[in-house]
Amino acid sequence: MSIEDPRGQIRGFIAGKFPGIDFADGDDIFALGFATSLFAMQLVMFVEKIFGFEIGNEDLEMSNFRSVDAMVALVGRARDTVAIGR
Amino acid sequence: MAVSSPAFEPWSRAAFREFVDTCVVPYADDFDRAQEIPASLLKQVAERGYWGAVLPVSAGGSGLDMVTIGVLHEEIGRGCSSLRSLLTVHTMVASAVRRWAKAEALERWLPGLASGDALGAFCLTEPGAGSDLTSITTTAIRDGDDYVLNGTKQWITGGQVADVFLVFAKTERGLSAFVVDAADPGVRRKPIANILGTRAGMLAEVLFADCRVPAHARLGADGAGAMVATAALDLGRYSVAAGCVGILQACLDASVAYTASREQGGALLREHQLVRRMVSDMVTGVHAARELCRRAGELKDNRDPATLSATWVAKYFASTNAMRAATDAVQLHGAVGCADGHPVNRYFRDAKVMEIIEGSSQIQQLVIAEHAYESSGQP
Repeated sequence: MSIEDPRGQIRGFIAGKFPGIDFADGDDIFALGFATSLFAMQLVMFVEKIFGFEIGNEDLEMSNFRSVDAMVALVGRARDTVAIGR
Repeated sequence: MAVSSPAFEPWSRAAFREFVDTCVVPYADDFDRAQEIPASLLKQVAERGYWGAVLPVSAGGSGLDMVTIGVLHEEIGRGCSSLRSLLTVHTMVASAVRRWAKAEALERWLPGLASGDALGAFCLTEPGAGSDLTSITTTAIRDGDDYVLNGTKQWITGGQVADVFLVFAKTERGLSAFVVDAADPGVRRKPIANILGTRAGMLAEVLFADCRVPAHARLGADGAGAMVATAALDLGRYSVAAGCVGILQACLDASVAYTASREQGGALLREHQLVRRMVSDMVTGVHAARELCRRAGELKDNRDPATLSATWVAKYFASTNAMRAATDAVQLHGAVGCADGHPVNRYFRDAKVMEIIEGSSQIQQLVIAEHAYESSGQP
């Protein structure tokens, strides 16, 4: 893992893509209407690039990318997996 | 069709070009007429390691970077859009399986997809659903440890010969993706003949009737099909864009050669200013499209999310310019270019298909413009 502030990084990525949009960490960004399944794929790529792991088959799920909280949890689980594997 | 000894670095444009010029270009019009790519050529593609180009060496693939894959698909596309289309869909399937298949499906399919012993085809489009994924009606109903698939897929490139299908179907949780053995008794295929372009792409309608697949054949989580499709289509779009650069180059090469030798009214065609305008547009188009593809490939290699929008732009530009170049190439060749069996006749028909597949030009325009509004803070 390359950074220590996943929440800030994820918020920053979303805010950078949608300037001027207000959203809370627990908000479903897809339900808010500004994010699409195309953006979901951008989120997958962003998470993989910034946090240095590939989204595995069972983690490829929209619910993991619906909110900042969900993505932070996904990154946390991946870190735990890496730590256990060491 | 013997392959000459590679005199170049195996993963260089020169090596790809030598293969295409030796094994593809001389026969492409025959393939188009026969509406078939011979098994011997499919085997040669396998021997070169092109089917598994996108897969890492650890998975049995060639481990090429995306920029080099773009060059490969451009060169194949220069020779034969039908063969490039087969490579496109196989690459989409192989990449998706490697990334999101479960262990059982990986073990079963990945070695064959890497070597080319098992050809993949992408089953998304239906008679009533193309770019709109929400309109898909094929269903996958959970039954114990299995799913049972029912539905019809249309315009499936490679559908006549594929060994494995990546099928998109609706479950209770939404669109999902499944790896399906083409030999399953619940699978039936009907060849599609006389399509306008990519005529040797061996397209088929693929029907699933109570086709039972194990639960581990699902890629990603239940309901994650849209994400699998988005990733696969991005890769397919990149391949098509690169293939269009190949069409552009082929149109340019043919047009320069013809207008430099054809006399009209006592002068070579090349001496006419209006002819030069068409040639210069082709030159500009091929350079610009190639650079857009290279940019999209670099972003993919860097795993940069911006590659998605860069790929839309590359595909839109390359496909529309390929169509324009092919139109001009036929115009420059006159009646000769309209004749059955002439390469520019084929480029013209193939280029039209490129404006439709992997997202039509109109869909690309909508998405590109939407992205412009989003990124300027006006979603």
